[in-house]
Amino acid sequence: MSAPALTAERPRAEELSLTRKRVRVGDLVFKLALQTCFLIGFAVLAALLLWVVVKGWDRLDSRLWTEMPTGRVSRIDQAGVQSAITGTLWVIGLTALFCIPTGVFAAIYLEEYANRERWYNRLLELNIQNLAGVPSIVFGILGLGLIARQFGLGFTVITASIVLSLLVLPVVIIATREAIRAVPQSIRHASYALGATKWQTVSRQVLPPAVPGIATGSILALSRAIGEAAPLIVLGAVSFITFNPDGLRSRYTVLPIQIFGYIGKSQSEYVELAAAAIVLLLAIVLLMNSVAIFLRNKFQKRW
Amino acid sequence: MANRTAIGPAAGNQSLRRGRRHPTERVIGVLLVVAALVSIATTVGIILALVEPAIEFFRDVSIVDFLTGTSWTPTFAQKSYGVLPLVVGTLLVTSIALVIAIPLGIGSAIYLAEYASDRARTLLKPVLELLAGVPTVVYGFVALFALNPILQKYWPGGSGPSFQNLLVAGIAMGVMIVPTIASISEDAMSAVPHSLREGAYALASTKMQVATRVVVPAAISGIVAAVVLGISRAIGETMIVTIAGGLISSEVDFNPLHAIETMTAYIAAVSSGDIPVGSIEYKSVFAVGLLLFVVTFVLNAFSIRLVRKFREVYE
Repeated sequence: MSAPALTAERPRAEELSLTRKRVRVGDLVFKLALQTCFLIGFAVLAALLLWVVVKGWDRLDSRLWTEMPTGRVSRIDQAGVQSAITGTLWVIGLTALFCIPTGVFAAIYLEEYANRERWYNRLLELNIQNLAGVPSIVFGILGLGLIARQFGLGFTVITASIVLSLLVLPVVIIATREAIRAVPQSIRHASYALGATKWQTVSRQVLPPAVPGIATGSILALSRAIGEAAPLIVLGAVSFITFNPDGLRSRYTVLPIQIFGYIGKSQSEYVELAAAAIVLLLAIVLLMNSVAIFLRNKFQKRW
Repeated sequence: MANRTAIGPAAGNQSLRRGRRHPTERVIGVLLVVAALVSIATTVGIILALVEPAIEFFRDVSIVDFLTGTSWTPTFAQKSYGVLPLVVGTLLVTSIALVIAIPLGIGSAIYLAEYASDRARTLLKPVLELLAGVPTVVYGFVALFALNPILQKYWPGGSGPSFQNLLVAGIAMGVMIVPTIASISEDAMSAVPHSLREGAYALASTKMQVATRVVVPAAISGIVAAVVLGISRAIGETMIVTIAGGLISSEVDFNPLHAIETMTAYIAAVSSGDIPVGSIEYKSVFAVGLLLFVVTFVLNAFSIRLVRKFREVYE
């Protein structure tokens, strides 16, 4: 039955071979494998994050920010993470104050002022790229040995913000450089032609269109700083602090450290509380990252 | 002040403007240099902070014993400072992470760069970047309380993974570095010029042949750089191994089902406790930190060189 039908179809198939795609089994399998890789990576992560939300659901209420942390099981129902939230605000606020101006200025120097042919400028560039890859806990050791002990700043809000600023500085610098580089040379030339000085050109012509790029980089940097726990552990940040920081020299705790503290307790009530605090931390970090990515995609100017 | 840009005729402008330089310009110039020097000061600070106590440590413990010793018992009565148990822990957890992250990361990158539609790509690439920002303490938490119970429940055979173990820490770390590897590899693959792909299609290559024999080889230095960066992040990662990996290490142990301490976990554990400043235990933190810094420094330098190479070719 089918044999004559096949022979009858043959010439037609040959006609079609130029237009019809030849699907090979290998190709299909390869594509499926790639899609699986992608899906596994995302599905596992999504499932895990969802699990955290479910786990912490019962504790996701106002107690989280109205109550102080506690290490006593008898008081677990009245426990929250208030001191960690205020601590995070203090530390990250100061970090922003330190790292954004420094990072933007360093980037302006590298892009607009530095002569790239000089060895010291190339060294500077290489140094920044390398710092971006130094493990965060090593920054903690820098803070411990130099800032906390040698400079005598101790285990305080100010030490934590300095260390976190240095840690995320490369992120701000690299993002700002890219934003500045995207502004075309012709804008600068026009500004010079009108008699503007170097700084007038940079501050009035180059920086304004670079602001969305700088904002993106700064937000990404700060959201990384918010989630960082390792360097602060080395810097003597402890969980279960029952007061809000009241100044630069105050002791403190931050969200990831308090979460780490709750994880260290074995009772399931603490695990739930840790999960609720993680949901809060994730909400802050993911919201900041979304804003950053949105800003970049929305205001990215094409010249 | 080096007031010249290497690009464009800005250098020519300088001679016109010389003589009427405002004082503001000079102040700004100094401020900019100071800001740029902060990063140099950071590196110098890190080296100083690590090297000085490490040298003192090596006065008490010979550097050969430190690097080749197989027993790490700083808290025992019989103290021994051989770093190999910690190094083995770090290597184990990094290898497990890579076994997961390399195929998933590179596979996702090829999918995004070569197969996904433009719409899917513009939607998925930001999600990738978003996921790269999940704090590591979160991965530690899910490894310990979500993944490990599953592992323990379905483990075939006798003694399964313990409450904390390097296998689950490695899996979580692998999932953590997938977005990093995928994002950087995808950048490298997107930078491969279209003419190369078109040439291959003109020679009757299939899509898979183009991806595996043209795009991946052309982007290989970027892909390797992404993997090396992933390795360096895995080695330096602290919270996952501290929470889920375990804090017991005295002898070299190659079984990832056990709780094994890594270099970073040791630093975190010891420096968060109340150790007297100046004691040998305190100094050992800096010695291990120095080793960690040197290893990641070499890996990063290698990765930076590779990225430069792929930029030189196609940009």
